[in-house]
Amino acid sequence: MGIVASVLKKFHGGVHPPGHKELSEHCAIEPMPLPKRLVVPFHQHLGAPSEPVVKVGDTVFKGDLLGGAAGGISATVHAPTSGTIIAIEEHVVGHPSGLTMLCAIMEPDGKDQWNPQLKGVDNPLSLEPVAVRDLVKNAGVVGLGGATFPSFVKLSPPRDKVVDLLLINAVECEPYLTCDARLMEERPKDVIEGIRIMLHALQTKECVIGIEDNKPKAIAAMQNAVAAEASQSAAAIRVVVLPVMYPQGSEKQLIEVVTGRQVPSRQLPIDIGVIVHNVATAVAVRDAVCFGRPLVSRIVTVTGKGITRPANMEVLIGTQVDDIIAHCGGLKPDIHKVVMGGPMMGLALHQTNVPVVKGCSGILALTRDESSGKPEHSCIRCGSCVNACPIQLVPCTMAWFAKTEQLDQLSKADLFDCIECGSCAYVCPANVPLVHYFRYGKLALQSKDREEKKRELTKQRSKLREDRLAREKEEKERKKEEMKAKMAAKKKSGKEADKQNPAAESGNEAQV
Amino acid sequence: MSPSSLLFTSSPHIHAGDSIPRIMHTVILALMPATLMAVLIFGWPALLILLITTATAMLTEYLMMKIRNRPSPLGDMSAALTGILLALTLPPHTPWWVCVVGGVFAILLGKFVYGGLGFNMFNPALIARVFLLISFPVELTSWPQPTGLFGQKALSFMDSLSLITTGHLASGKLVDAISAATPLGQYHVVVGMGKSVREALGGDYVFSYFSAFTGFINGSLGETSAIALALGGVYLIRKRIISWHIPVSMFAGTLIPATIFWIVNGSKYPDPLFHLLTGGLVLGAFFMATDMVTSPVTPLGQIIFGAGCGLLTYIIRTWGGYPEGVSFAIVIMNATVPLLDQYTHPVVYGKAKKNV
Repeated sequence: MGIVASVLKKFHGGVHPPGHKELSEHCAIEPMPLPKRLVVPFHQHLGAPSEPVVKVGDTVFKGDLLGGAAGGISATVHAPTSGTIIAIEEHVVGHPSGLTMLCAIMEPDGKDQWNPQLKGVDNPLSLEPVAVRDLVKNAGVVGLGGATFPSFVKLSPPRDKVVDLLLINAVECEPYLTCDARLMEERPKDVIEGIRIMLHALQTKECVIGIEDNKPKAIAAMQNAVAAEASQSAAAIRVVVLPVMYPQGSEKQLIEVVTGRQVPSRQLPIDIGVIVHNVATAVAVRDAVCFGRPLVSRIVTVTGKGITRPANMEVLIGTQVDDIIAHCGGLKPDIHKVVMGGPMMGLALHQTNVPVVKGCSGILALTRDESSGKPEHSCIRCGSCVNACPIQLVPCTMAWFAKTEQLDQLSKADLFDCIECGSCAYVCPANVPLVHYFRYGKLALQSKDREEKKRELTKQRSKLREDRLAREKEEKERKKEEMKAKMAAKKKSGKEADKQNPAAESGNEAQV
Repeated sequence: MSPSSLLFTSSPHIHAGDSIPRIMHTVILALMPATLMAVLIFGWPALLILLITTATAMLTEYLMMKIRNRPSPLGDMSAALTGILLALTLPPHTPWWVCVVGGVFAILLGKFVYGGLGFNMFNPALIARVFLLISFPVELTSWPQPTGLFGQKALSFMDSLSLITTGHLASGKLVDAISAATPLGQYHVVVGMGKSVREALGGDYVFSYFSAFTGFINGSLGETSAIALALGGVYLIRKRIISWHIPVSMFAGTLIPATIFWIVNGSKYPDPLFHLLTGGLVLGAFFMATDMVTSPVTPLGQIIFGAGCGLLTYIIRTWGGYPEGVSFAIVIMNATVPLLDQYTHPVVYGKAKKNV
């Protein structure tokens, strides 16, 4: 039947890191108490940063707009609770280079009061699809799996593209993380409601929810919810159970497993008729449309052997990691690393006073024996990375080119197809930080590209200038010539006028 | 929690736990059946040769690491592995100084001139063996018959020590073990004189497939016991240290032409089983050609590489000046690895023609 393959396909490579989900999978989602201070970055998504629309001293309701979207691919940012804006300033955030970012600093008033004007839609399926997209856009919903791509873009397919399949990514292939699993166990009906709204916005009839088989409770909950709703709509929603394999939750790999087809390099899933949304995003869409509530909180798994009390928490955006760690009993003495996100693709923090943002699915406190960090040895060309790469790249060669700055070679090595899943570095016996080299290589290539473009532009400009100068010179010369000619003509005509009877003379000449 | 005490490195933050020392230990373990068989078949001299090459290789590595100011000089055990592999390619009574020269050459000119482990172009043990073979042909081609570790013909430990260090027994007498050609050498010489394979391997020369399979035949220390080598090879594949690509394609590279020529003219060309069980094919296919540093990383590259090793082995054995060609074949193919890697890239996700 159409786009979904009858048999699940296996993608190339992949790895089997230990799941460690047992640390937090039994923890019901609990709300994180209101912290004393919230730090809300204006840039929490892929695309242009949002622009502040509030001033210091403003009091806001929960859900009021703090930052407006700037440009086509951007997302709005809202007040996570009611209170006062006490500052708008640069603040440390989770950033690979430890950079700061413009943030709204809020002091909650303790009432956590939604703006009373926020109203939902009673029957979302009666809305025009474009109206659904606007609601999602205005609510600042972004992909909650970690990529934080503005969701309304992926609910607005171009007119010439048909969406055959909505694929709900509930794989949660990152070890340790259990936030999506808990969400499905506890709010399966909300997930289905969100999916119905998304299907309506996309005008699509088919949906597959992909879940790995290490989450039997979530699978059962979703299957029950699907069965209960099956008669209500013409659209077909199915739960597809997948064998555990990292990085199956990567968009490209999930599409390959479910449809048997690969997204052509440098194209988007929509080009083969598929749209992928994370399962938590579906719930955020439902909250935005049915209740008019912007995205101001998310579920975060707090886990790792380095945390005293693992938990799954509903956390307001802007809550600082410090506060969450303290709420969960603090870090244990043998803490080695604190990671925002999953252990395979997450971001290590060098300080913990950074805010939770929309893309933060987990806070991992890793002890020395559960985390990596051994010194790098030179590559022994064992080929483990080649076997592990889900994109079928040759990671060891690419890393060598990046390390030795052979950018010409690197640009031919399909580096930009790399999804930075970390499978290669996970298996590398020489502890080569391959992903680190790839990120460096990508930046180096991009800056080289920019520089070349700049140089080209300068060249063009100087050529234009030269051309203009040459033209002007020519023009001048021509004018001079003209002037000369005119002067000459004038002189001549003057002379001729002096001669009195030129016609007779010329007539005589002609006769000669 | 002071911020600076948190480790701040790039993802991924967890690791499968594999390491270079673990790989080396596993390969050494996989070589144990063949090493034990070498001592059982050839007696105390074999053990002495193993000790001398291994010690020399490790000492050279230690000194080089000290000179280069590197930490944990012998931690990864790769020098020990090189020493063991070199010993397994040497004749049973190789003099001590040949072993020392080989051990130093393997580490110094086989590895460190390129920049150390990971950067060498040729298999260090094999390049050392090739050097020894062309420099000291007499020492490298004398093949005493297996005398065993125990039994009547076996040499005592003192005799063995004396033999390896001085060239004669402790009593001052020369060793009276009978030297004879290896099966490949016998074939090479006799068929080279225009006689048939049957004549070469029959008559006075004793050859049976069973002894070639178990290892009680003339040859280098570690190459004779096909069963012990195969045991280790399968273990390596099961442990995922090596993949099937290189061994299988190398066997095919030798055995397919061997089968064809044997069918065409069985009196001149020996059968494929002879090629499989004699000489260094099994040792080469499982332990030498599969050396990670000097073989391709892509599956297709590995298949071409293995097939090339096998085919060159057959060509050198059949038409070359030397009776055995495994070492030469692998060293020659080592030189093609960068090229093979470059031209055998797998098809990247989303770039297959069927998808476009």
